Amino acid sequence: MIVADDLHFGYGHRPVLRGVGLEARPGRVLGLLGPNGSGKTTALRLLYGSLRPGRGRVTVDGRSLQSLRPREVARRIAVVVQESDADTMLSVREMVTLGRLPRLGTFRRAGAADRRAVDGALARVGAAHLAARRYADLSGGERQRVLVARALAQEAGFLLLDEPTNHLDIRYQHEVLGLVREVATSAVVVLHDLNLAARYCDDLVLLDRGRVAAAGAPEEVLDPDVLKRVYGIGVTRTAVAGRPQLLFHPLVEPLPVVG
Amino acid sequence: MARRWTAGLLVALGASVVAGTALGAVAVPFGSVVQVVGHHLLLVPGEQTWSAPRDAIVWDVRLPRVLLAAVVGAGLAVSGVALQAMVRNLLADPYLLGVSSGASTGAAAAILFGVTLGLGEHVLSASAFVGAVAASALVYVVARSAGRVTSTRLLLAGVAVGYALQAVTSFLIFASDSAEGARSVMFWLLGSLSLAAWGQPLAVAAVVVLLAVALLTLLGRHLDALAVGDETALALGVPPERLRTGLLVLVSLCVAVVVSAAGAVGFVGLVVPHLARRAVGAAHARVVPVAALMGAVLLIWADVVARVLLAPQEVPIGIVTAVVGAPFLLVLVRRLQATAA
Repeated sequence: MIVADDLHFGYGHRPVLRGVGLEARPGRVLGLLGPNGSGKTTALRLLYGSLRPGRGRVTVDGRSLQSLRPREVARRIAVVVQESDADTMLSVREMVTLGRLPRLGTFRRAGAADRRAVDGALARVGAAHLAARRYADLSGGERQRVLVARALAQEAGFLLLDEPTNHLDIRYQHEVLGLVREVATSAVVVLHDLNLAARYCDDLVLLDRGRVAAAGAPEEVLDPDVLKRVYGIGVTRTAVAGRPQLLFHPLVEPLPVVG
Repeated sequence: MARRWTAGLLVALGASVVAGTALGAVAVPFGSVVQVVGHHLLLVPGEQTWSAPRDAIVWDVRLPRVLLAAVVGAGLAVSGVALQAMVRNLLADPYLLGVSSGASTGAAAAILFGVTLGLGEHVLSASAFVGAVAASALVYVVARSAGRVTSTRLLLAGVAVGYALQAVTSFLIFASDSAEGARSVMFWLLGSLSLAAWGQPLAVAAVVVLLAVALLTLLGRHLDALAVGDETALALGVPPERLRTGLLVLVSLCVAVVVSAAGAVGFVGLVVPHLARRAVGAAHARVVPVAALMGAVLLIWADVVARVLLAPQEVPIGIVTAVVGAPFLLVLVRRLQATAA
């Protein structure tokens, strides 16, 4: 379990997080939501130690994040970050093999067990056929798959993803999140799209200007009144396959009311 | 694939050492080279059947020079590989860190004004080394902010310190009365292996470069992660700032040793990493040793050309590497544009 308690963080004098607490529980997918600038990516970066909180703390399976060395953190938490150098000449297999770094000592070479882990990860995301291709030559959706495979090769308990659906077309958005649900036992996902969050997350945390505006099950968090307050846009809520789905009202011309 | 390249390059390196020793203003038969070297290494017993001058040319003059060329080429090539990963820029080269400018300033001070700092017989290379290390320390201090060394800051600091020290060197040349001194500074700035001899500087350079090649090879995966991105490296348990600082120290030392022994030989550290990546892919554990071998072979031949072209006059080796390297750079830039478009 990853527990964040009373996290404060600011860039210079501009506070970004003002007392955020959340729990990522094993076996569940937690969605981090919020408008632009609400601090969701910052909160995620605090969870894996890329940033240090000004106040508050993060514990991973009961151990304080600050007491763990970077490699020890990487053995517990795998991250799919947004940056990925498209110029890299690494092959897909080499990219995924990087996931073994925290498991290998600084100078140890990758062995048979590492190769098995890499093959297994590629197979689980359905990217075994891409292994010999150059990472830079892949489509956005394929790259995202490969990065998930790299995270799986890390064999960490938790998977963190920073807007994994960014720049992907609608089909790949569903494919990538479906994949996360399928392969990750425990995950924290930063998402922009509320309907994707409703569809794929077990728990949600909605951030607003550096504070938690709502937390809990999707039915509770995606409440039209809460969303109106946080995003300043009207919402009509329906349900698809037992999960809430949202229709948004245009800001200029109101939509005829549905249902 | 990588193994075949390594094996092939090792053979090429051996052949280049023999050929580089044989060729020159006075050509020596290959067989004779092998004989003389074998004799000195106590591998071939028996009488010395060749003349003393030939023995001196092969053993005292050419062989240390060829070995220094190999060491310098390898050092520049692997430094280029490491730097391109550190700043994530394919046009980065070993002189980015202000090392060569610092070395030049040190050398100019020594040549023109007899600043010896009590450095004994190897004044020139020693003062160049001091200048190089001081310059990279300065780059590090300037690039560091709030305990972090980012790639952009490193780039900017390197360029700024480089320009400032070039100005200092130019001023030293301008302020000195000695035309002869100015000429030898120029010669040194363009790179030359003519100072090569058996002894401490060659041994130190060889040890440092071999150490750098070994360490960078072992750190291959770390370099891979750093080359993809800081956030990626961190997510994989490799703190990017710490790694970059460690690499900065290693590379600065390597380049400082190389430059103080041979002057600022350009283009090798920029061009060879690209050749190596084209040959064996981007994984640094393979790129580093292959780049080292390629750099060694390339510089041995560049030095042969430098010695033979206008014999008995010597052309600065930096001119030779620039003539070969500049067109290559143009091709590279065109290719980059093609992939970007």
